[in-house]
Amino acid sequence: MAKILIDTEICKSCGLCVNVCPLKLLRLSETRNSKGGRSAEQTDAGKCTGCALCAAMCPDSAIQVYKEA
Amino acid sequence: MKAVYERNPLLMGSNKFCPGCGHPLLNKIIADVLAENNWAGDAITALCIGCALNMTPYVDWDLVQCPHGRAAAVATGIKHVQKSKLVFTYQGDGDAAGIGLTETFHAASRGEPFTQIMVNNQIYGMTGGQSSCTTLIGQKTTTSGPSGRDPAHTGYPTKLAEVIAMVDAAGYVARVSIHTPKHIRQAKKAIEKAFRLQMEENKYTFVEVLAMCPTNFHVEPWDAPAYTEEKVLPVFPLGEFKTPEGR
Ligand SMILES: Cc1ncc(C[n+]2csc(CCOP(=O)(O)OP(=O)(O)O)c2C)c(N)n1
Ligand code: SF4
Ligand code: SF4
Ligand code: SF4
Ligand SMILES: [Mg+2]
Repeated sequence: MAKILIDTEICKSCGLCVNVCPLKLLRLSETRNSKGGRSAEQTDAGKCTGCALCAAMCPDSAIQVYKEA
Repeated sequence: MKAVYERNPLLMGSNKFCPGCGHPLLNKIIADVLAENNWAGDAITALCIGCALNMTPYVDWDLVQCPHGRAAAVATGIKHVQKSKLVFTYQGDGDAAGIGLTETFHAASRGEPFTQIMVNNQIYGMTGGQSSCTTLIGQKTTTSGPSGRDPAHTGYPTKLAEVIAMVDAAGYVARVSIHTPKHIRQAKKAIEKAFRLQMEENKYTFVEVLAMCPTNFHVEPWDAPAYTEEKVLPVFPLGEFKTPEGR
């Protein structure tokens, strides 16, 4: 079991995390953050493996990844 | 749950770089190298003029703001009086290869025991996208004219890593990229190696980092990795151009 946390206020909607998720679990949201940006969101959270490629790619360190030990 | 990837505490909350910019990504890679090696308390960065100025409120280690192009001269002075510190410049291509080529080249020639990091985004980012000496052939900038850089008029992109690798006193020279997770891993290794050779063997070390500037590439941020792969890598090959004997 793995979980990611996206800081939607830090996220700048660059989409780089969306590109790299091997399972295509990420997309830019239809809702807007306080700066008007479509921040990243995860779909199908249960499928996330915690590979952390999204977090490694995020230029703004908006993603943190946790895994069941 | 166990943390697999957490925000590095050396980075403040948000930053002012554009979406998809290579600078904050490289700031993070450097912060991780500093934290993992317990170097943050000893790090002093000679910071350039350019978009990297946005680092001053973003990273939590010591920075000295240098005049445009002169970071290698400032780093020389810092390292001479603070020999035990991890001293590195952080410069754009316009800064390190353009206006500051003299300082860069002679610091390498003297074998000054610090590290130069050149962030090559093939543009003068901060001032609004003018051509740099590293601008690609055909790349459209605000000063290139409508058909892009023409070698008959302004020559060819400067390949600084290859030049510095020819300098006798240079200890380690590499060019890396940060447009995919795999490249990010390689970049991190190269920066760590450069810092270690400075700290343990007093070597001058140089790492050129190809970075994305979606704003001035005129592409969407999510398309900047493909732009890097297709247009930038064929001109600026990656690799270690000089390493100490056998390493
Ligand atoms: C002596 C001097 N000349 C020119 C400038 C204007 N200037 C500011 S940043 C810059 C270029 C920055 O380009 P680069 O080093 O590639 O950094 P980037 O912003 O692309 O990361 C220039 C020409 C200046 N500040 N000082
Ligand atoms: S941790 Fe891996 S699987 Fe989970 S969202 Fe990020 S890239 Fe996708
Ligand atoms: S990479 Fe980071 S900043 Fe970019 S969309 Fe994903 S979470 Fe947001
Ligand atoms: S102009 Fe380019 S280098 Fe400067 S902050 Fe924006 S994307 Fe980054
Ligand atoms: Mg530049």
